[in-house]
Amino acid sequence: MAKDMRDVYAQTLVDLAENDDRICVLEADLMNATGTKVFKQRFPERMFDVGVAEANMVGVASGLSAEGKIPFAASFGTFASRRTFDQFFLSANYAQLNVKLVGTDPGITAQFNGGTHMPFEDIGMMRLVPNLVIIEPSDLVSCEALIRAAAAHQGSMYIRMHRKGSNTIYDENEQFELGKGKVLVDGTDVTLIAAGFVMVPEALKAAEILKKEGISAAVIDMHTIKPLDNELVLAYAKKTGAIVTCENHQVTGGLGGAVAELLTAEYPALLGRIGAQDMFGQVGTQDYLIKAYEMTAEDIAQKAMATISKK
Amino acid sequence: MSTSLAIGLDERVSQLEDTARMVRINIIDMIHTAQSGHPGGALSAADFMTALYFDILDIRPEEPRWVDRDRLILSKGHACPVWYACLAMKGFFPMKELKTLRKFESILQGHPDMNKTPGVDMTTGSLGQGLSAAVGMALEGKMTGRDFSVFAVVGDGELNEGQIWEAAASAAMYELDNLVLIVDANRLQMDGHTCDVMNMEPIDAKFEAFNWEVHSLDGHDMRQVLTALEQAKRQKDGKPVCIIARTVKGKGVSFMEDVRVWHGKAPNDREYERAMKELKGE
Ligand SMILES: Cc1ncc(C[n+]2csc(CCOP(=O)(O)OP(=O)(O)O)c2C)c(N)n1
Ligand SMILES: [Mg+2]
Repeated sequence: MAKDMRDVYAQTLVDLAENDDRICVLEADLMNATGTKVFKQRFPERMFDVGVAEANMVGVASGLSAEGKIPFAASFGTFASRRTFDQFFLSANYAQLNVKLVGTDPGITAQFNGGTHMPFEDIGMMRLVPNLVIIEPSDLVSCEALIRAAAAHQGSMYIRMHRKGSNTIYDENEQFELGKGKVLVDGTDVTLIAAGFVMVPEALKAAEILKKEGISAAVIDMHTIKPLDNELVLAYAKKTGAIVTCENHQVTGGLGGAVAELLTAEYPALLGRIGAQDMFGQVGTQDYLIKAYEMTAEDIAQKAMATISKK
Repeated sequence: MSTSLAIGLDERVSQLEDTARMVRINIIDMIHTAQSGHPGGALSAADFMTALYFDILDIRPEEPRWVDRDRLILSKGHACPVWYACLAMKGFFPMKELKTLRKFESILQGHPDMNKTPGVDMTTGSLGQGLSAAVGMALEGKMTGRDFSVFAVVGDGELNEGQIWEAAASAAMYELDNLVLIVDANRLQMDGHTCDVMNMEPIDAKFEAFNWEVHSLDGHDMRQVLTALEQAKRQKDGKPVCIIARTVKGKGVSFMEDVRVWHGKAPNDREYERAMKELKGE
């Protein structure tokens, strides 16, 4: 059976914990969804399922961190962000502690659970927390590498994690650095900057579509949304003159917002943004929702062409 | 109150038991068609939800927002198939809508949506929020001197949320005797039995300590359920009422009863057939 991204998350934490007794795992009654039961079985004394109490979970994680532990605390992205924001802001971040908060089921991947469970705003909220590092892995290889990087990083982080399903973009030995985006495809006419499990593959497909139209599109996996890889974005803004951001999130506040802010301040360039356009979530299959929110490879290719046409 | 006052308690109970069986059949049917949803917590709530909708609540299906209606908030929103079944059977919307559960653009979303579903008084799905909204509605009822009652349903896992206890304190402080809370104490949450994940017992002593009037009962004994709800609605002595319904998660479908995985899993065709046979008593 193919591994889900959550299995990589859980297994990586088990591996890390074998050699580091500071690693702890917290859950808020979603252990069976996040897949961290394996951690509980291996390290029952370092696993705390606090029940349906997300704010308490983040507060407890902050206390563990104050005592030197490295807690990874998870819930669905909606609840990890919205229900714990003040606790995460103040007890974890303002206090300069080291809490890794994990929000699962990003954007449309919440599917049938619908609007109450569909996080389109978590990155936007988190970007407002000073110094917070925000990552969103796009495949299983980068997931493992970035979780390891998160454990090694001193400081709180928000990890936006796909839960079910697997894909492969990178070779097993690919190296990742927090804050350094990955150029997956080089190009000269337009740059597609994408993040996450759903949108990086869509951007890669969009580049193929554009190629058939004679358009050379670069594709960047921006696995770290904060701090943004300014150098890389500016280099490609200069090189291609047009950028399209692709995110499974509102186009404001998240990746598209971050790129827009940077370009406006440093090097105004043409920008198109793919993602939810100031809309709430709703029930549907992922296939239906990706069309409903105009986030497919075809939508990206069209947005790229429209953006280039303004040159 | 209800039109059923004319008939005796025995007959009301026996009619409600039949209706509850139909509610359960519709729950399983709906979740099987959707191939997604939460059967366990819907089935555990089926008896008291049936008593509320088919006896206790003053409501007008043809006028879902009638200002003097009794309000109901299903704070454990994931259990909404039980709510949708009751509302459809009561005539708030056509029965055929039940087949659209969790489908795109359906009026029946994965979690209750007051703007999409006639009869749904509050949008929920993020656990812990419904009781506070019920306090707000009950306060408004007091303010305007209208005598509707507000019912809220929470799960026993949901009791973990701190907001429940913030709401509990305010309901007592504001003397909301027009508010009735039903705790669906089915002893299971997502990650296991409540006593193993985050034990909240004794639940009754906690609500008593928060100055609530508390009744514990067998949540599948229709006579007890009906009597307690009727009394709770009538009681006006300055205290909110908490009914702790001791229930079985998955009640009515033997292989779902008290089994964790049926929290959020749809039956396949074979399981569906089996469940239907049991519910129809074949
Ligand atoms: C704030 C929040 N956190 C987590 C969830 C995910 N979730 C849905 S149901 C559930 C368990 C609820 O258990 P309980 O309240 O006992 O419900 P029941 O047993 O009646 O189904 C969880 C954790 C949620 N919906 N909302
Ligand atoms: Mg329960």
